[in-house]
Amino acid sequence: MADIKEIMKPENLVYGKSKVLTDNVMSYCPGCTHGVVHKLIAEVIEEMDIQEKTIGICPVGCSVLAYNFLDIDWQQAAHGRAPAVATAVSRLKPEKIVFAYQGDGDLASIGTAEIIHACNRGENIVVIFINNGIYGMTGGQMAPTTLEGMPTSTSPYGRDIKLAGHPLRITELIAQLPGTTFVTRQSAHTPAAVRKCKKAIRKAFDNVEGKKGTSFIEVVSTCSSGWKLSPVKSNEWMVEHMFPFYKLGDLKDE
Amino acid sequence: MAKVKGAIKVDDEKCKGCSLCVVACPQKVIALAKEVNGKGYNYAYMANPDECTGCTNCAMVCPDSVITVYRLKAQVEA
Repeated sequence: MADIKEIMKPENLVYGKSKVLTDNVMSYCPGCTHGVVHKLIAEVIEEMDIQEKTIGICPVGCSVLAYNFLDIDWQQAAHGRAPAVATAVSRLKPEKIVFAYQGDGDLASIGTAEIIHACNRGENIVVIFINNGIYGMTGGQMAPTTLEGMPTSTSPYGRDIKLAGHPLRITELIAQLPGTTFVTRQSAHTPAAVRKCKKAIRKAFDNVEGKKGTSFIEVVSTCSSGWKLSPVKSNEWMVEHMFPFYKLGDLKDE
Repeated sequence: MAKVKGAIKVDDEKCKGCSLCVVACPQKVIALAKEVNGKGYNYAYMANPDECTGCTNCAMVCPDSVITVYRLKAQVEA
């Protein structure tokens, strides 16, 4: 029987932290999907060897601090305006790989106009959209993506369609636009889903390198603090309630 | 057939004890420690080290990238 110290040698290393991630401890709650997606972006950047020429656009929301965790160039945008800033950066510096990282309160609510027009123009960017159906950072208020009947701090008896309208499937909207080249909905709750999500992110970054237009990746996520569930229970809740409404898979791949 | 041997190293101080790795492990190797780290989280550790195959599933789902996975190269049995 091999000793554990015998196994833990550099030559036996099969998986470790990506070099693109910084040593800072992530500010996210335990089990937050942001951490997984950050890691996947870091791994893709490392694989493609584009650390020096990648520019990320931070949103407003929990991931506003993303610039602390990925060792690449970042620009902070006003709430919802990440695609507009990404447009500017990618037009001024077409040799760079530009991606916008947004949450659902940022992208699907205050930034709806920006995302729709950026995608319609077919800007050469990647948009990563984290959808957990809630405003996580500000205390779990109802978002446009909140499911019908889903309790939040501003809809404690569940979202009432008559009062608050229907949940918004913005990824389906964006898939209609001619400017987009790759629109997909992924998740990151199991090892298999994480691997698939990484493939999608890799493909989106490849599309930008090939100047193919906008690639849009929605990641259906959890917010264990906002949903008032443990991280494991959150994942179960997501599979049970989010996936029937937000169906996973590629919506467009040209 | 040679058995694949693996091991994981968890960065105790950075682990937030979300236990997503515990669920992801197909061999039931990982558990949360009774002790807490500096931030008060019950960190993940290898409770059942003999069963680890180094499949990297735990590290894949770890939101804080605190798990490093090692795997012994397949030994050819004589």
